[in-house]
Amino acid sequence: MRGLPQRLQRWAEGRLPALTRYRRPESLPIELHRHRIYIVPTGFGLGFSVLLLVMLIGALNYSNNAALLLTCLLGAASAASMLVAFRALDGLRLEHVRAGHAIAGEPIELVLSMQSGRLRSAIRLDLGNRCAAFALDGHDTTQVKLLLPTERRGWQSLPRLRLWSSWPLGMFRAWSWLHPDLAVLVWPRAEAAGPPPQALAEDARHMRLHRGEELSSLRDYQTGDPQRHIAWKASARHDDLLVKDFEQPRSQPQWQLDWRQLRGMDDESRIARLARWLNEAQAKRCSYSLWLPGNEIGTGSGPLHYARCMDALAGLP
Amino acid sequence: MPAAVGQRSFDLLSLSMAFVLAVNASHLPWWLDVALTLTLAWRWWQRRQRSGRVPGWIKLPLLALLTVAVIAYYGNLFGRAPGTALAIGLLILKLLETETLRDVRVGVSFACFTLMTALLFDQGLVSTVVVALGLLPALATLRALEPAQAPASIPRVLWPSFALLAAALPLALLAFVLVPRLSSPLWGAPSQDQARTGLSDRMSPGGFTELLTDDHPAMRVTFDRAPPPPEQRYFRAYVMARYDGASWTYGDVVGQPPALLRVEQSVDYQIMLLPTHRRVLPALDVPIDAPAGAGMRRDRVVMADKPVNDAFTYSLSSATRYRLEPQLGNHRLRWLQLPAGFNPRTLALGRSWRQRYGDDDAAIVRAALALFHDGSFRYTLAPAPLGRNAMDDFLFDTQEGFCEHYSSAFTVLMRAAGIPARVVTGYQGGYWNKLGSYLLVRNSDAHAWSEVWLVARGWVRVDPTGAVRPERVNLGAAAAAGDQLDWYRRDWLQGLGNRWDIVNRWWDQGVVGFDALRQRGLLSPFGVRDTDTATLGVLLAIGGMLFIVIGLAWALLRRQSRDPLRESLRELERKLARQGIARRVGEGPQHYLSRAARALPGHRKELAILMESYLQLRYACDVPPAQPSLVFHRAVRNFRISGVRTSKSSEH
Repeated sequence: MRGLPQRLQRWAEGRLPALTRYRRPESLPIELHRHRIYIVPTGFGLGFSVLLLVMLIGALNYSNNAALLLTCLLGAASAASMLVAFRALDGLRLEHVRAGHAIAGEPIELVLSMQSGRLRSAIRLDLGNRCAAFALDGHDTTQVKLLLPTERRGWQSLPRLRLWSSWPLGMFRAWSWLHPDLAVLVWPRAEAAGPPPQALAEDARHMRLHRGEELSSLRDYQTGDPQRHIAWKASARHDDLLVKDFEQPRSQPQWQLDWRQLRGMDDESRIARLARWLNEAQAKRCSYSLWLPGNEIGTGSGPLHYARCMDALAGLP
Repeated sequence: MPAAVGQRSFDLLSLSMAFVLAVNASHLPWWLDVALTLTLAWRWWQRRQRSGRVPGWIKLPLLALLTVAVIAYYGNLFGRAPGTALAIGLLILKLLETETLRDVRVGVSFACFTLMTALLFDQGLVSTVVVALGLLPALATLRALEPAQAPASIPRVLWPSFALLAAALPLALLAFVLVPRLSSPLWGAPSQDQARTGLSDRMSPGGFTELLTDDHPAMRVTFDRAPPPPEQRYFRAYVMARYDGASWTYGDVVGQPPALLRVEQSVDYQIMLLPTHRRVLPALDVPIDAPAGAGMRRDRVVMADKPVNDAFTYSLSSATRYRLEPQLGNHRLRWLQLPAGFNPRTLALGRSWRQRYGDDDAAIVRAALALFHDGSFRYTLAPAPLGRNAMDDFLFDTQEGFCEHYSSAFTVLMRAAGIPARVVTGYQGGYWNKLGSYLLVRNSDAHAWSEVWLVARGWVRVDPTGAVRPERVNLGAAAAAGDQLDWYRRDWLQGLGNRWDIVNRWWDQGVVGFDALRQRGLLSPFGVRDTDTATLGVLLAIGGMLFIVIGLAWALLRRQSRDPLRESLRELERKLARQGIARRVGEGPQHYLSRAARALPGHRKELAILMESYLQLRYACDVPPAQPSLVFHRAVRNFRISGVRTSKSSEH
């Protein structure tokens, strides 16, 4: 049932853009002004006006002028609160929007920088069914944090935000659409489990050494070497005893992650696997490089490098 | 379940309700005041400990108890007093279940409504202002419900509400003047149980006690010329003919023209009578004609067509020297009526005077006044109670009392002696307010005197109280009462009250008395005799529009940016933009101006200087110094772009 009003709204916005105050995406900064701020009474405002009407009729009926004066005062104050609500939004500026990082399916944090030349209170920002309330002190930029739900990786344009305020008495709601022409990049979701990356590199030996307990070379026997390390077959062809030498695994192995390694998989599965490898590499603090079609990222490590790789993955077509 | 409201909102709501309770406290029975105050305080304390609704098993019995108590005390639930008591009780009980935003809003709305009920009991200036101040915590509660606010103390949060109300006052006054008044009520007229003490058409000795200690204004009188001297300030309300041994009553003689009045000297004046809920209109002795909306009865008593439920102003002219009813005719017997079997000693005294003085009625009157004056009679507001033969007890036994006792005893004596006599009640005296040039008459100025009919003179006013205590007539009720009054009714306070009354008079005339009739005459200075409802509606719409325009102008007003440096830079940007070098989104001033300098080689030097000084002013210190900013501003203004741009710059 919840979908129906939304469908209705979408239909109305398509057909009656002026009536629904639909706004196309626009570039930042967005400044609110009288052409785009709308004021409607809230449910409480309507109820209160009924009460005022009852008070008015009562005062008139009993020809009680003091009560009439009180009713007029209350009514005028309520009406004036409409202008205060308008002023709460008028001149407000959305300077810029910064997005955090998030993987598909998890909400992404948006930081909106709001600015105004005077003090404002109780301004609210709606995004879907999430709401953030904030106040502006009139000098500094205020950062408003909102969570935007995401579904899939890649560029996701910002939805329309509703900025509104029922300041000061809650009887009128001044509102305006904010639709910044911006998109945020959502990182791909890593696959849950899968094989480790294969060591495929130009320096295969080096990679093998990395892999741990494999034979790297033979050397002359020295007193104290364990007997089981003696390479008997090789020693038979030489004069001296030869001993198998083992390389210690390096503490920071270097991974080379390559799109081309993953043949026979569809693109999304490849991306998910690469994302998992990136996560693992990042968790193990390895250095790693990433090769993608049309994008090659050299060896590196650290959060910036990780973000660069993830961005590249997310931006794949 | 919606989120619970914050402690601040709840505190403010409790404050609003406490205010409502306070302004209504005097109209509620004391036990209800105490019970509701305790409930409010308990709930406030309870929610500070732990938030949550009060369970139903506490709430519902309280609700039932309230209803039963109101019915038991008042007899029903409808009407002004029981309705108010019930509404305020419900309001406080609402606090018990107040947890969510919606609850608080309902509570505030209801609090506003119950604030208004206090005005049904008292429309005075002070109580109206106090009630209007009650809107402050109510509006502050609504503000406190909004999220994301800077924290502030309770007095500080009331201030914006005050500003809002002050800003709304002009519009409120406009609406007040122009909202069309109803000429007749839509439903039941207000109940009559609201009678404050006032003059009644029945008088018994001792009945005035409550009235004589009531300092509320009864009426205000303005005279067209000089006011009559104090000893002539007798305002007649009722003329009482019938005496049943206990009390005097007014009875009208239907269908007869007013008694003949021969006027020798007259005074024109207006009276603004405060609500009495009775029909009688007091008039200076003796009224010549009845004002509009009222009729003159046979004994020159002025009766309005409807009870005076709102302040009522009427113009009259009265005779101060006159001959009233020179011939009694067949009415003589009415003025000699005495109940049988009462006051034998008084009757005997009256008869003995007749025997002694023969036909000389004036001598009998003098004898009676001499008795009061020379005997051991005392004027007191707290006389001893009287028995069945009240006049006998008073004249021969207790010998103390006030105007009612004296006028009653005097009239009985006269009738016993065969002289037509009657009791007249009304007001005597009053305070002459020099500043406002009007006479303030209070309830405590209520008075009773006598009239006797003398051959060839008609009715003559005789004030037997004056024989006992002349101050009563010359100086007023307070002076006569002397030390018998409470400390707060002493001279200096009285004087203060009398001077303050000019504000009350203005309020009563301008606000409380602004009725349908006055509204219709609103435009009479502009030549419109009768302002009807349609005209009022048009005026209201025009005035409302005017205020909307003013309000919008305020709302749309944007103060100029207080950053002159930024303004100067904007001006420079505009000049450069005309040359096609617009500042890009997110482009810093240094980058932008360097780009401009590359695009305009002829102005490279100037632009470099401007950029340097801008960067210096902007980033070298927190606040740009004033004088160099001005220099920068001048430099920007003097900057002129001449010559042709290089073709290279068009790539940008």
